[in-house]
Amino acid sequence: MNWKRMSVVVRTDLKQLVQAKDYWIPMIALGGLFFFVLPAVLLFTIEHLGATSSVQQISKTLKVLPAQAQAQIQGDTPGARTSYALAVYLFAPVAVIVPLTISTAVGAAAIVGERERGTGEFLAHSPASTREIYVGKLIASFVPGYGTTVVGFAVYSLVVNVIAGPSIGGWFFPTPQWWALMFWVVPPFLAFTLSVVLRLSARVKSTAAAQQAAGLVSLPLIMVAYTQSTGALFGASASPWLVGTLCWLVALLSLMRGMRSVTRSRLLGVANEV
Amino acid sequence: MPDRTDPLVSLRGVHHRFGSVHALDDLTFDVPSGRITVLLGPNGAGKTTAIRAVTGALSPAEGEISVFGVDPRTHGEVVRPRCGVVSAKPALYDRLSGYDNLLYAAQLYEVDEDRRDDRIQHAARQFGIQDALEHQVGGYSTGMKTRLALARSILHEPDLLLYDEPTSGLDPESAQAVLGLIRSMRMEGRTVVMCTHLLAEAEGLADHIVVMEAGSSPCFGSAEELTRRYWPGAVVHLSAESPDQLDRVTTWHGVIGYERVTDVARIDLDGIGRIPDLVMGLARDGVRLTRVEPQTPRLEDLYFAIRRDAQRRGLEPVAAPAVPLGSLAADRADASVGRPATQEVRS
Repeated sequence: MNWKRMSVVVRTDLKQLVQAKDYWIPMIALGGLFFFVLPAVLLFTIEHLGATSSVQQISKTLKVLPAQAQAQIQGDTPGARTSYALAVYLFAPVAVIVPLTISTAVGAAAIVGERERGTGEFLAHSPASTREIYVGKLIASFVPGYGTTVVGFAVYSLVVNVIAGPSIGGWFFPTPQWWALMFWVVPPFLAFTLSVVLRLSARVKSTAAAQQAAGLVSLPLIMVAYTQSTGALFGASASPWLVGTLCWLVALLSLMRGMRSVTRSRLLGVANEV
Repeated sequence: MPDRTDPLVSLRGVHHRFGSVHALDDLTFDVPSGRITVLLGPNGAGKTTAIRAVTGALSPAEGEISVFGVDPRTHGEVVRPRCGVVSAKPALYDRLSGYDNLLYAAQLYEVDEDRRDDRIQHAARQFGIQDALEHQVGGYSTGMKTRLALARSILHEPDLLLYDEPTSGLDPESAQAVLGLIRSMRMEGRTVVMCTHLLAEAEGLADHIVVMEAGSSPCFGSAEELTRRYWPGAVVHLSAESPDQLDRVTTWHGVIGYERVTDVARIDLDGIGRIPDLVMGLARDGVRLTRVEPQTPRLEDLYFAIRRDAQRRGLEPVAAPAVPLGSLAADRADASVGRPATQEVRS
């Protein structure tokens, strides 16, 4: 594989995304909502409600968490403990939902979009190998979703530390589990989902069909990611490192299979190949 | 550089199916180096599929394909970098600027980084779009998009240019300009293969013609070769001060057809060499000629003569391998008007 040529595919696809305001404005809005607005409003409200009955009640519900997770909760007051639990445990799925949603939207149109615009013909006649095109498209779909998540993660860390940190006793986020979730569990989940979505994108006849099919595929994957990431943070399931390792193995296998789905005939959109 | 005497592209008995549709059916033709070859045929004749087979974008299951001496189905990585393709739809990225579209191609085709910008500017200048390079392609007119696609096709200085109906959707003025640009590429010594279903477009542009029909090629060769084969006689239009004096030629040697409508006579001869004899004979008889106009067949005449010939021989759809016309030159020596030379068709 010619890595230079593959990186050209990545850069050009990303350049097109940057030009597409109709894509990145909702993307920023989605990340902003989940990583900034919701946690800020929630934590701010809890911090300023003080020891009201609502906070007391939420604090009591923390008892349903696994013992290992309960033991890790910091804070001396019910409000502080509630803030900690929400910041560390409640928003874990967000770290998975945001990148999957954003990247799936890009990936679904990656191959079929080229075909619909007619640019698949250009790629099919070009010296780029189908492998370079596939990996290029995959990375170009991965970057916006994961990039938004990493930036969102940084913003989220700042928000929870600034709002809830003083009552908990200083900066407490990210926890070691969150580091593992963000940089070891989420990337392979995303790569696996995209490998499936790109395969669909190569086979369907329109972007609309690809979006529909990608939705069907990504929904169960989001649920699996939700349970695994939450479990990993709670310490109830296997450690995030083990979950991540398994995810990487599955993702690599799926990527290797996915490479075969992109053919020049499919880029051209000829009848018996699509 | 390839030897100019060798065909740069050679297809022999190529078949390709899309489901139940036989897109290429025993397709055979050659593309000589340094010339403009026109794939001429109606819509659905298989011209686009043939172009795709040449670059290896499609891999026909049967037949021999040789491009630059290798099979693009197995050595596409050798063939594709040496080809420049413009498809019927310009295949440009609307969200990118003209410059970025060209840059993308330059990078994919691995144009030397030091020369990249120069090549982009040069190609843009050549096709007159240098002032629009910074604008988003989505805002380009159809003509500008075609020019940009043409500029993109020559960025990497390919040996073979493949243009699939490059004037489709263009107004006549833009279409003429594009054809002029393609003609200029021949001057630069490039080999061009152009698909079209427009006879007028191929006229005056084609050095070599491949007539396509239902995925096959009934014949291919230069315009002169095709003319000799399918339009072997000669036609001359004569007028005289006393038109009825022209009627005497009907019994003359070499005259195989005669028709006079008012003052213009159309005379079919068995060869172009008869025309001077005819004129001198009439002058000797005291006929005062006011018009002598040999009729040169246009590509349109030729195209329909070829199709009529194929139909006459029951070759519609054409199923037999085509014979390179150049190899049949000797068979044509005794051909006469109204009786096209028989083309030996192997089944």
